Amino acid sequence: MQPDGYWQTPQGRLDATFAALADPTRRAILARLASGEASVTELAEPFDMTQPAISKHLKVLERAGLISRDRDAQRRPSRLESQPLAEASQWLEHYRQFWGSSFRRLDDVLDELKTTRKKPRQTARKKR
Amino acid sequence: MFYPDSFKVSTPSDHEIQVSRDFHAPRQLVFDAFTQPDLVRRWLLGPPGWTMPVCEIDLRVGGRYRYVWRKSGVNDMGMGGVFREIVSPERLVATERFDEAWYPGECLDTTVFVDAGEITKVTITMLYESKEARETARRSGMEHGMAAGYSRLEELLSSIPAAN
Repeated sequence: MQPDGYWQTPQGRLDATFAALADPTRRAILARLASGEASVTELAEPFDMTQPAISKHLKVLERAGLISRDRDAQRRPSRLESQPLAEASQWLEHYRQFWGSSFRRLDDVLDELKTTRKKPRQTARKKR
Repeated sequence: MFYPDSFKVSTPSDHEIQVSRDFHAPRQLVFDAFTQPDLVRRWLLGPPGWTMPVCEIDLRVGGRYRYVWRKSGVNDMGMGGVFREIVSPERLVATERFDEAWYPGECLDTTVFVDAGEITKVTITMLYESKEARETARRSGMEHGMAAGYSRLEELLSSIPAAN
């Protein structure tokens, strides 16, 4: 495992973000929180999960900085924190740029191949 | 920049990045475009301004491939690897490593070509060896200076099932 301070480093934060996002339930919780804060009880209901199970997921999300929870209020509502998600998404932007631009060129190459590789067959048909 | 709806970049797990896209061409043609050097060098260029002076592909299990990208005013960027699995025209598995070693270890790329009638669905999964690898890959992304903006959140979370 990682030393205690690890999760506070930029690398540790990103690891925590992706580890948290790797779970479908946690992604669903984030999607729910995107439409407004919610308590553990409110979150447990739609997911058909026990409150301790939801609390476990919330702990992971909180450590990743993806959510914050009100310490004082009795409901302790969870709310979405956008910064780590923005960081993670910026990292993916590199891949989006590279492959997005490349694939558009590939479309053109494939269009050209479709016509050039068809030609011999069409000529053959004409001969008949 | 405009991207078609079928174009997706996601992180299926904390060690992987997945890129997928539909192409309106027969599967064999798409497979050829991914594996024949004279075709690959025409499109696998990333953002505008880059060329690919070196594109060598020895398409057999254990065979190597090598790509070098060039842009004026910038150092050449080279990378290569070894083919681990080749099932024409369905599947390719190859290692990937950049010369500059901007991430430690290797990355394992799996490319799957699915024949869906009029279109061919391509999915590339890049599996990083370590967490450090992902971090340096992230830093490289930052250096490219493309601020993502919060609008990208929706795309990042696109695989989320509805929470009702």
